[in-house]
Amino acid sequence: MIKKTLAALLLGSVLSSAAVQAADYVIDQEGQHAFVNFKISHLGYSWLYGTFKDFDGTFSYDEAQPEASTVNVNLRTASLDSNHAERDKHLRSADFLNTSKHPKATFASTAVVSTGAGTADITGDLTLNGVTKSIVIHAYFIGMGDDPWGGYRAGFEGKTTLQLSDFGIDAKLGPASESVELTLAVEGVRQ
Amino acid sequence: MMQWRNSSNQYGLVSVAVHWLVTLAVFALFGLGLWMTDLSYYDEWYRTAPALHKSIGVTLFAVMLLRVLWRLFTPTPAPLSSHTPAVRLLSRLGHALLYITIFTVMISGYLISTAEGRGVSVFGLFEIPALISGLPNQADATGAVHLYVAWGLIALAVLHAVAALKHHFFDRDATLKRMLGCAPK
Repeated sequence: MIKKTLAALLLGSVLSSAAVQAADYVIDQEGQHAFVNFKISHLGYSWLYGTFKDFDGTFSYDEAQPEASTVNVNLRTASLDSNHAERDKHLRSADFLNTSKHPKATFASTAVVSTGAGTADITGDLTLNGVTKSIVIHAYFIGMGDDPWGGYRAGFEGKTTLQLSDFGIDAKLGPASESVELTLAVEGVRQ
Repeated sequence: MMQWRNSSNQYGLVSVAVHWLVTLAVFALFGLGLWMTDLSYYDEWYRTAPALHKSIGVTLFAVMLLRVLWRLFTPTPAPLSSHTPAVRLLSRLGHALLYITIFTVMISGYLISTAEGRGVSVFGLFEIPALISGLPNQADATGAVHLYVAWGLIALAVLHAVAALKHHFFDRDATLKRMLGCAPK
């Protein structure tokens, strides 16, 4: 009886301390509730959209201390898809992402600064095409709560704009197409 | 008057014409392929050159199928009596490799374009549908095959030409003349 009470007390204290600490989430790759999309101007006349299909990552988030949050994403660059085989092949080539030489892109947050209710600037190191640079992702919190299958989920979306030349991509696509907008839309399952 | 069909010792008009047409197409496609993949985005040929490359490539595939069929309907001229067994063996091997590489290059080219399910337009007239798509790494893998086997095909074709010239100028036999449609003496 005493043992059981002690166990319950211990369990209770572990649970309550977990609730105070930031919770860890794994990006839901299995259920495909996560997207890394890119958008670049075509000639200045329209938007070209594409996506990276294969990536994984984790984040930690605590409502009470959003600035203690962290994000890590690992992405397989060869998984890019813009719905056009020859363009995708070209984008994987050394003219653009050189995916055979640089098969991985990574993002690791270094600082999170709250910019308002549910919004934050996430500074971090992005490694892409073999170049590592500090970038800022403007992120907002979408929602969190229980899912219908016994888990707990939280979702965010973040955007950032990269200059192609900053990451060693010197292909001349025209003056309107020197930068690309990346959107990271992720849902994490709490561990 | 040159005959349409081959005889036991002479190539006919169809075989000779197709041989040189394919030669022209193979070298033109090789040059066009290397040139077009290096064009800048704003080059006026950036879109038209690949379309032309694919259209000519599909046409060449049809010609090559007919060429193989034609072999069934017309005799293959016998090797020249002056050719040694080694020469006969090597030339058979070389010809077989030429056929294998040319089909490999054409099929791999088709598989690049169709890797994500799009068909291949032929001179804007009709489209060859994508039959095989979505294989892992399809466009990159078949792209590498397309490039390197094309180099192999060109190397074989040059070897083939050097061999023909050797027969013409050193052995002074009718090997090259036969493929130019000259009647045997």
